[in-house]
Amino acid sequence: MPVVLDATRISRSLARIAHEILERNHAVDELALIGIRTRGVPLARRLARAIHDINGHDVPTGALDITLYRDDLMRHAVGAQPVIRKTEIPFSIDDKRILLVDDVLYTGRTIRAALDALIEFGRPKTIQLIVLVDRGHRELPIKADYVGKNVPTSLSESVQVRLTEIDGRDEVEIQES
Amino acid sequence: MKKDLLSIDDLTRDEIHLVLDTAEAMREIGQRPIKKVPTLRGKTIVNLFYEPSTRTRTSFEIAEKRLSADTLNIAVATSSVLKGETLADTAMNIEAMAPDMIVLRHASSGAGHLLSRICRSRIINAGDGMHEHPTQALLDAFTIREHKKRIDGLKVAIVGDLLHSRVLRSNVLLLTKLGADVWVCGPPTFVPSGIERFGVRVSPRVDEAADGADVIMMLRIQQERMQGAFIPSLREYFTTFGMTRERVARAKPDVIIMHPGPMNRGVEIASDVADGPYSVILEQVSNGVAVRMAVLYLLAGGAEAD
Repeated sequence: MPVVLDATRISRSLARIAHEILERNHAVDELALIGIRTRGVPLARRLARAIHDINGHDVPTGALDITLYRDDLMRHAVGAQPVIRKTEIPFSIDDKRILLVDDVLYTGRTIRAALDALIEFGRPKTIQLIVLVDRGHRELPIKADYVGKNVPTSLSESVQVRLTEIDGRDEVEIQES
Repeated sequence: MKKDLLSIDDLTRDEIHLVLDTAEAMREIGQRPIKKVPTLRGKTIVNLFYEPSTRTRTSFEIAEKRLSADTLNIAVATSSVLKGETLADTAMNIEAMAPDMIVLRHASSGAGHLLSRICRSRIINAGDGMHEHPTQALLDAFTIREHKKRIDGLKVAIVGDLLHSRVLRSNVLLLTKLGADVWVCGPPTFVPSGIERFGVRVSPRVDEAADGADVIMMLRIQQERMQGAFIPSLREYFTTFGMTRERVARAKPDVIIMHPGPMNRGVEIASDVADGPYSVILEQVSNGVAVRMAVLYLLAGGAEAD
C-alpha cells in the first residue's frame, strides 16, 4: 500500500507548520498547543520543539481525550465502551491562542468533540486547527488552518499514521480497508 | 462487562483494571472548572435506597451528574414501600418508566440479583445486606493502587466486624483476584465460618495481622445489624481490636489506613489514627466519585454478551 509521507517528509511538514504558526501569530506568549489523543499528542510535542528551535520560546503543551464528547458514544446498544484516557492541560486556556493538533482530519466529528471539550476548560482567544493529513470527506463545517499534506482518499480507504513515539517509526500509509 | 454490577465476581481481572484506569481519567473531570461531561446525556438513573446512606448515595449522585445523566433518588422513607409494596413490585413499577440504570441499596443480601432477573435496566449493587458492596471495593483498590502503584503481593489486613460486612466480602474477592496477601482479623464471633476458602489468612490477634502490613483496612462495628451478643462491650473491643498508634507502628512505615465509613471513633479506630498521617479515609471518599463515574460509563455502553 502506498506510503504518502515518509519520516523525512513528516518532519519537513512539521517544520513548515511551525514556521507558519509563528508567521500568523505574533503574540508568541499567548500560544498553547493541545494534542488530541492518541497521535495528536506527540505531534503537538514535536511542534513545540520545532518552535523552540526557531525562536527559543517554550509553548505550553497539553493532551486532550475527546472520548466522553463523542457523538456516537451511546449509539451502539451492544459493545464495549471505548477506553478513556487522561486529559492533561496543565495551564489555563483562558485568553490563549490554542493550537489544536490531530493526525488525520476526516469527518470533522473528532474536532467538533474537541471544541466542545476545550470550551469547558475556559475561553480561549482563538482556536486554530493543525493536522498532519487532511483526507477529505467532511461531514461537518470544519476546516484546518495548517495542513501537513492533503491526501485525496476514497471512503473505502483508511489512513494509517505511525509515529516513532507510539509505533516505532514515522510514516503515513493509505490502506484499502 | 456484564449487564449488571452485582458482585466483584461479575468482573474479570482485566475488567477491574479497566475500571481503575477509567477512573483515573474520570478523576481529572472533577478538577476542571466545569465538572461535567455530556457522556450520559439523556440516560435516566434511579437511585433506589432502602437503607440510610450519605456517602454512597451522594457519591453516586455526583458521579451521575458529572456524566450528565438525569438522576432521581428514591428514599424509602418517602416512598410507597411504607405502604407495604414489595421490592419486586416497586422495581417493576420503576422499570415501567424505562430508566436506563438502577442503583440499589437494600438490607437483604441478593436484592440486586432479584432486580437483575426482573429488570431490563442495568442494576448496580450499592450494598445488599451482608453480601457485597462492589463499588466500595473498587474505590478501595483504586486508593491502594494510587499509593502503592500495585496491588499484587501487598499485605492487606482487614480488621473488625467481618461477619456483617459486605465491604469485607467485596474486598476479599477483589484483592485476592488481584493477587494481594489478605489477612482478616476480628473476635471469633465476627469471623464467618469458611472464610479461609476465599484465600485469606485468619488471625485472632490484631498485632499479627498488622505486622508488616502495607494496608490496614478497618471495618465498622455494625450495631444495627447485630442480633445477640457478639462482643462484651465497645470499650473492651477497642482495647483488643481497636486500631491505635501503637498497633499502626507494627505495620510498614508507609502503611495506609483505610475505613469505608461511617467510623465509630474510639471503637474500631482511635481518633488520632483516623485523622493521622497514614489515614487515607477521606481520599477514599473523593476517589469514590471517580470510580463510580467509571462504572456508570462502562456499564452504559452495553454488555458484550447480553
